[in-house]
Amino acid sequence: MTALQMRLPVSFRLEPRLTAPRWLSPALTAGALVVALVISGVFLAIVGADPIRVYQHILVSSFGDIGVLSDTLVKATPLILTGLACSLAFRMRLWNIGAEGQLLMGAWGASAVVLFPLVPAGSPAIVVLPAMLVGGFLGGALWGLIPGALRARFGVNEIIATLMLNSIAFAWIQYWVFGPWTEGGFQMTRKFPPEAWLPRLSDLEAVVPAFRGLTVHAGFLIAIAAAVVVWFIVERSAWGYEIRLTGDNPRAARYAGIRIGRNVLLVFAVSGGIAGIAGMTEVAGVVHRLQDNFSPGYGYTAIIVAYLAKFKPLRVIPVAILFGGLILAGREIQPSGVPAMIQGTILFCLIASEVFLRYKVAIVRRATRVASAKAG
Amino acid sequence: MPEGDERMRDAPSGIVIPGVAAASGSAPAASPLAVELRGITKRFPGVVANDGVDFTLARGEVHALLGENGAGKSTLMNILDGLYQPDEGTILIDGQPVAFRSPRDAIAAGLGMVHQHFTLVDSMSVTENILIGLDKPRFRLDLRRKGAEIAELAEANGLRVHPGAKLWQLSVGERQRVEILKVLYRGARVLIMDEPTAVLAPQEVDDLFRTLRSMTAAGRSIVFISHKLGEVVSIADRVTVMRRGRVTANGLPATGMSKAELARLMVGREVLESLERTWLPPGDVTLSLDNVQAMSDMGVPALRGVSLDVRAGEIVGIAAVAGNGQSELAEVISGLRPCHGRILVSGEDIANHPVRKVIARGVAHVPEDRTGVGTAPNLSLVDNLIMKRYRHKPIARGWTIDMGAARASATDLKDSYEISAPSIDTEARLLSGGNIQRLILAREIESEPKLMIAVQPTRGLDVGAVEAAHRLLLERRTAGAAILLISEDLDEVLTLADRVAVLYEGRIVGIEDAAGADVGRIGLLMTGGTPEDPLRGEDEHVEAAAKGLA
Repeated sequence: MTALQMRLPVSFRLEPRLTAPRWLSPALTAGALVVALVISGVFLAIVGADPIRVYQHILVSSFGDIGVLSDTLVKATPLILTGLACSLAFRMRLWNIGAEGQLLMGAWGASAVVLFPLVPAGSPAIVVLPAMLVGGFLGGALWGLIPGALRARFGVNEIIATLMLNSIAFAWIQYWVFGPWTEGGFQMTRKFPPEAWLPRLSDLEAVVPAFRGLTVHAGFLIAIAAAVVVWFIVERSAWGYEIRLTGDNPRAARYAGIRIGRNVLLVFAVSGGIAGIAGMTEVAGVVHRLQDNFSPGYGYTAIIVAYLAKFKPLRVIPVAILFGGLILAGREIQPSGVPAMIQGTILFCLIASEVFLRYKVAIVRRATRVASAKAG
Repeated sequence: MPEGDERMRDAPSGIVIPGVAAASGSAPAASPLAVELRGITKRFPGVVANDGVDFTLARGEVHALLGENGAGKSTLMNILDGLYQPDEGTILIDGQPVAFRSPRDAIAAGLGMVHQHFTLVDSMSVTENILIGLDKPRFRLDLRRKGAEIAELAEANGLRVHPGAKLWQLSVGERQRVEILKVLYRGARVLIMDEPTAVLAPQEVDDLFRTLRSMTAAGRSIVFISHKLGEVVSIADRVTVMRRGRVTANGLPATGMSKAELARLMVGREVLESLERTWLPPGDVTLSLDNVQAMSDMGVPALRGVSLDVRAGEIVGIAAVAGNGQSELAEVISGLRPCHGRILVSGEDIANHPVRKVIARGVAHVPEDRTGVGTAPNLSLVDNLIMKRYRHKPIARGWTIDMGAARASATDLKDSYEISAPSIDTEARLLSGGNIQRLILAREIESEPKLMIAVQPTRGLDVGAVEAAHRLLLERRTAGAAILLISEDLDEVLTLADRVAVLYEGRIVGIEDAAGADVGRIGLLMTGGTPEDPLRGEDEHVEAAAKGLA
């Protein structure tokens, strides 16, 4: 016991909570965000910046006008998809930390459709884009199946497996962009033909002049559709019921006759596939080629996004947009340090706030303590 | 309050922010009362769990605390044990007011709780389990010397257990002795025992009672929490009854109390433990076990060739002390555990079939572990009720779940089985023990099973819930289901079953008609004795555990 606690007139104690009121969970999330911003603000102040101005700057440069909002949605697109991938797996308590690797393999699969090419060169967009979507899904799904199979068959810890596979996927991309697919020795492939580009809002400039320069692409719609589909799977389908039941109590799931091993494989495949689609929308919607380091770690940020969204598919959308804005503004403030610090602080505060969902704080007056010390 | 308190007792005491180093070891003051609780009130959101409760415990007495689930017994004892702080009221130990901030403080003041769900580590020895959590020894742990100390303490209190045995080798009765030793080793002068007989065989109960008497003779005091009225009458000096957070009978002398009187005080109305049993003509053989063998989780044989028939409209009770293969038997039949031998359900061999096929054959299973296996704690009542039916119409609609149908069915079941919960969206973990069991019974019976495996269907339930569960099982019997009833409560087996099979060390050692069965004889068979050599069993058991050490 520290001297400080001795001097306080009251002390605190946590008591388990039976039920939590409905408003508590969102209130805690909001509270954790505020606390995280305050803590981050202290750090910003220590390094000599004005926290209020920094936050204002973040707000203006990511949500200030339609142009930056469009850029924010571009950043949010892969976060929604990878966030969904994590949420789905986390719902079954499969800790898929490999969304990043699955995104990279999805990007590779989508690129392979164009570069090998798997559909005849010169095919129209209506053929190429769906083929790329399938390629992206399959690339991610296969990459997800590896840890899924290891887990289902041999009980290999999926956190370790997916984390390692991220590094392998990274090296795999490097091999292809430096080697077979390189354009003139640079770490990138040749630019895809326009029929392999996801349409952007700015493509409609001729019809609606206000869309001029807006980079948001059809991948955002794919992401929204994916969120609705995942929501439907989890909340309304028999398979989703199995996922929820297994996630909550695997022994009850076995007792109910659910084939858990099969579901581990399926969930990993679908989760990986969704992350793979994020890779596809990035190469087809943003960079229009496969290149080194095209993802600033979307698959890792996705873990925070999924956590903040409490693994609920529809909540992933607003959270991902918020984080998209943070990534966008982060580049304006500082290339790497500050945004990562803010993200980390948010996750930390969020996890810490969960305690208050399960326990309530009871205040014990100091007077009773004295009695207790005498009592023995 | 709802029965969440069972779970909260397991809350880590480590969450207490500043630990308190209560002084210990001072001699008790000369007060005739070991414990006195005055006007204890504890509120939880929406409920008053304890409402001005008074309770006294004299030195050297066994004081029974009776009450239904949710009556507030556990809350009261958790307050006494330092897990909760009362909102109002005073606790006096040996006449001195105290305020416990954690179980550690309670232990320091000489109070120890023996939990119903054991808090022991399977892979560790008895000695290690007893020393866990103590500050001393600080560095060098002389297990041999500590073991000798513990053996001595055990001997003095009539608690036979081998200090070097690993926990997983011990029977339930022996584990309980370790729990008792754990609190005695910490110097407890007051023991709070939460339903100590719930898991014991009749002979083990007798042993426990002998131990309790020798402890009270040595000046210790015991709070004995129970649902079993017969035991209360036979062991307790005084009885306090609680109902809905209040005391309805305060410290009445137990001698001369009738069971009926106690039951009325507990539930607030007359309880008639008379069950309508109709005679049924013997039906076809629904379940036929043929030389079934299986391993336990430890990889040792748990079933060594069980053969048994259960007919339609018949309840066969399995009488066994915990750990003699009855849990494995239930799992083998429901497809959860691999086995050798044949398991015929209506003539079709389902041995080693996947669980979903077994369910489809009309086998329902009321599992022993209601919260660990039978329900998903964080899912709603609706989700828990469709667990066995979500693949079939009308709940399933193609590959989706018809939420409308699921909700309608849940509402229906909630009403007809009287599951008391705020709504069908309530999470299962918030239900009391009795209501969780009603939920499971509702779900399993709703599938209109041909065969029902009911494991410990009423363990830990209050009088009203036990009555309801018994009624439901008998209704199923009348409806023509074959029921295999596995229970460690011998009274229950004899009340419900048509025939009783005694399982000992994975073998069926006797089958008798329940009507007119000799309890003493069955009790002997359960503990491995034979009518010719009645004393053999117990010793063999202890020796077997000791042998397991090598």
